[in-house]
Parts: sequence; structure tokens; C-alpha cells
Amino acid sequence: MKPVYEPTIGMLPVDTSYCPGCGHGIAHKLIMECITEKGRLGDTIGVSPIGCSVVAHEFMNIEMCESAHGRASAVATGIKRVHPNHLVFSYQGDGDMASIGVTEIVHAAIRGEKITTFFINNAIFGMTGGQMAPTTLIGQKATTCIDGRKKEVNGMPIQMSEMLATIEGAVYIERVALNTPGNVRKAKKAVMKALEVQEKGLGFSLVEFISSCPTNWGLSPIDALKWVGDNMIPYYPLGVFRSPEGM
Amino acid sequence: MTEKVLMKGNEAFCEAAIRGGCRFYVGYPITPQSEIPEFMSHEMPKRGGTFIQAESELGSINIAYGIGCAGGNVFVSSASPGIALMQEGLSFLCSAEVPVVLLNVSRSGPGIGGIQPAQADYNQVTRGGGNGDYKIPVLAPSTMQEAVNIIYESFETADKLRNPVIILADGMMGQMMEPVTLPEPKQLYKDEADIPNYKPWALTGSKGKSHRNVIKSYRALPEDLEVHVNHLFEKYRKAEKDLVRYETINTKDAEIVFVAFGTMARIVSEVIEVLNAEGIKAGMIRPISLWPFPKAPFDELSPDKTKVVISTELNMGQMIFDVQLSLNGRIPVRLINRVGGIVPTTDEIVERAKKILGEIK
Repeated sequence: MKPVYEPTIGMLPVDTSYCPGCGHGIAHKLIMECITEKGRLGDTIGVSPIGCSVVAHEFMNIEMCESAHGRASAVATGIKRVHPNHLVFSYQGDGDMASIGVTEIVHAAIRGEKITTFFINNAIFGMTGGQMAPTTLIGQKATTCIDGRKKEVNGMPIQMSEMLATIEGAVYIERVALNTPGNVRKAKKAVMKALEVQEKGLGFSLVEFISSCPTNWGLSPIDALKWVGDNMIPYYPLGVFRSPEGM
Repeated sequence: MTEKVLMKGNEAFCEAAIRGGCRFYVGYPITPQSEIPEFMSHEMPKRGGTFIQAESELGSINIAYGIGCAGGNVFVSSASPGIALMQEGLSFLCSAEVPVVLLNVSRSGPGIGGIQPAQADYNQVTRGGGNGDYKIPVLAPSTMQEAVNIIYESFETADKLRNPVIILADGMMGQMMEPVTLPEPKQLYKDEADIPNYKPWALTGSKGKSHRNVIKSYRALPEDLEVHVNHLFEKYRKAEKDLVRYETINTKDAEIVFVAFGTMARIVSEVIEVLNAEGIKAGMIRPISLWPFPKAPFDELSPDKTKVVISTELNMGQMIFDVQLSLNGRIPVRLINRVGGIVPTTDEIVERAKKILGEIK
């Protein structure tokens, strides 16, 4: 009898350290399923960021390194230049990539580095305990904006996918969400496409995952998923922002 | 060995790196080393290597970290303020035990400072401007030939130690021309597929391996981090005796012993000749490795013979603390220095040294 579902061998058989309701577990699983299905676990190298997912290498069954805060896409650049035929990705949160690491991600895209970045946007600094991120929504409360983010004080939240899609070298940019089973299935397709773009050597690719952080949002996991649909997706619309012709 | 050629410092540094096994170069323009990325941009592709112009020095050192993680031999160059930006990366590289070779063609500071030669990066490179406990071997050549030899060897030194290695030159050395004999090119690994044989710890994909490699810096448990830092320092302690390098000139009977490295050592070697011709016995300890700092030649000095040790520096007195530590109060220590990018003349040092000797006596 053929099993309907099996855990992917791309994930190590251990519990993750992520909070209940956190999107990292789902994002990890989707990425590792895709790499496993491509038969490329043995020649994929990943870079983990600073943030809760610094320990992604404890869960992903591939060779990986950690990187300093915001620098993951620069590190992935170096790895890919040594192993141009390997799959190389950086996995970065919004504090890491959209704040301290903006320079590195923009220039990796400008150079058209043939790497893939998986960008987890939960609109908050998670590991440090819920401070405002560049992606924090207007009105959203965080420990460094306890009355909610204000446009006059903090400016508007940054839309990284839209911004990166203006760069010629960024050939595939898609934003997905992890809040419903349907969106999770679409997210997996986006991961597959981004990796295909890399395999074909077309340029830089990025998938932005709208994720949830129930712990720092002060919501239950179920309410957090609802909050994603009600508040995040309206400001961070899902879809493909850039794609090579014929893909 | 090939024939002698006349080369500009910055280009000789590059040639030595390429011949020493460098396969990747990462850099960002900054005076007085911009000839290095320029030279590498056209030479590396011709010689089977890769040139990357990074977006910043933060980008440089982190791209280099990625190259190092993946097992590539990588050369990075910059100048003082650029090295300051790389300190986060250097701390990280030491923690993660990833080799790179970094050349600092230093200039004067603080801040933007100026573009003229200085040695004001002594503390920055020997003490580490990054966070946490770590050490980086620092080598300070004083001739072009010595620079070529040191850079040529540094890729293997860094690989063996699994740690960055810094070469400290200055704007004077980068810009001047001197004849050098270039060593034969060597290959540290054949091609990408050969990396796992040369560096079994590198990230090359888990295919065909009994375990997957992970390169990390973060340790959540204090007990684990203490074990790791102790491991790093045990490694440094064992490496010290192979890394320490120095030269001594006439120190045995010298009344005045100068301590100088790099460009200053070139001037001090003339100062010694002038003083000796005038009947004042003078010598020099020339540290070539700034970390580990050579202590042995100081132990050999006798207070009966040597009246004063003069640290001669292009800064406000940075190496002088290592000189004092090495002498531990046995012999008076004084400083002769210029800053701002001014290099003193032989005559100036001779006069100041004679005055110091008079005061001591």
C-alpha cells in the first residue's frame, strides 16, 4: 500500500524549537520537501540568519552555515561562486533582511546572483522579543512602539517584494502566505519555481512568506492566522511580482 | 624561482596572492589600495579565478566568509576604515573557524583621517575591533619581497589554522616600487570537486559524506560556548610558536634598542647605521608577527648593556604596550612617533634618540 503522506527526509526527525503557531516550521518543511523532490539534498547549501531561525540547520537535513545579522545573502553569494552547480539559498526573517540586511539583499539582486532567498515576514522582531520591524504594520503594537506604529514617527512598512521586483537581476519574486491550507499549497509551488529559476541559472530569486508570530503578537495561533488574513495580506498582497517569460 | 621584476607594491601583493593559491578575490575601492581590486578585476578571470566587487566592506567580508565556508581560498583587501567595517565579520570568521587572507594597506586615522601612511591600525588588527575573545595572526612585512613571501604563504597558514590571517602593510608599501622575485604558482586544490579532499570540513553538499557539515557561531548554552572559546584559545596557543616571527639587528651590545615594524623598520635600519657611525651602539627588534608578538628577543636584552628601548611608531604609541609587557619594567621604554600620515626622516629619529639617551643617562 502506498502511503498518502510521509514526513520528508529533508527535515531531520527532531522537534523544532519554534513556538506553537509559528510559520518557520511550515516554511522549513515546504523548502525541504521541494529540495528532496528535486533529489538535491546532497548538493544544496543553506545559510541561516540571525533570529529564531539561526538554528534552522538543526532541522534541515542539508549542509548549512550561520551568518551574521543581515548578511545571509552576501554569504550565500560567496558559497554559490565556489559551487555554481549547487543549489544555494539564504533563509532570512524580516528583521534580518528588511532592516539590517537591506544593502546585502539589494546588491545580491543587482548582481543577479544565482541564489534563492526565502524571506519570512512576520512583521516583528521575534527572537529579541517583539520589537518593531521595518515591516510592522501601521497601528500594530510592538515593544518599541507600545501605542502602535505611527506613520509620522516610523514611516510606512517596507514592501520588500515590490521593491526588489524593480531590480533587473531579480528575475523571480513571489509573495505567498502560510495562513490557510490553500495558501500553503501555493507557497510550495512558489518555492519550486524559485529553485527552478536558480537551476536554470536565470538570476536571483526570492519567495516572501507572510508568516505569523503568535507569541510576540500576543494572539493565539488560530487568531494569529486570522490576523494574517485580515491585516497583513491587505498590505502585503500575494502574487508574482516578477517572473521570467514562460515560467 | 623566476627572475627579478620591478613591481608596484599593490600589484606585487596581488601577484603573490594569486601564486599562493588564491582563487577568489573580494574587495571594495578605498585609498590607498584601489589598485588591488583594479588589478584583480582583470587578472583573476585570466588566471582561472573569480573577482567580486562587493557593495561595501561588510559585503566583502561576508561574501569572503561564504567563499571560505564553501572551501574556496579567498583574498580580501581594504584600508583602515574599511577594516573597521569588517570587524563584525572577522569576529564571526574566528568563531566559525573559517579561513580568509586579509590585506590591510593602512592609512592614517581616526575617522576618515587621511590617505597617507600610518601604523595607527596596530590596535585594530592585533587586539581585534570585533566582539568577543579571538585572535588573528598579523604579519607586517617591511620589504616588498617579504610581503610577497608572506602573502604567498598565508593561504596555507589560514587553512591550517582555520582562521583569518591579516597582512598589515601601509600606504607607503602599497604605492612604492621595489624589485621582487616572484615565487612559482601553486595550487592548493585542483578544482571544485577536489575541495572535500583538501578541506573535509567545508560546505560542499552532504552527497557522499558520512555526516553533513554545519558551520556555526551561535551557542545557546553557556557551557557549550565556554568549551568552544577554550578550544579556540587552545588552538591559538599551540599555533603561537609556529606563527611568531621577528628579526633582530645588533641588539646584543646595543645601548639603544629600537622596536619598529613595516615602513618604520626601513627608516630605523638607517638610523642604526648613523648612530653606530657616531659611536652610539644601536640595534633593532623588528617584529614581523604583531600577533603573536615576539617576546623572546626582549628576554635576551640585558639592562647592563641596553639603557633604553624605543618603540618607533607611526601612531600615538600602540605597539609600545606590547614592548612594555615584554620587558616587564626591566629596561626603560620610550616612544618616538609621528602621526597624521607624516613619516619621520632618519635625521629626526637620530636626534630624538640621542636626546632620549642623554635624559636616561
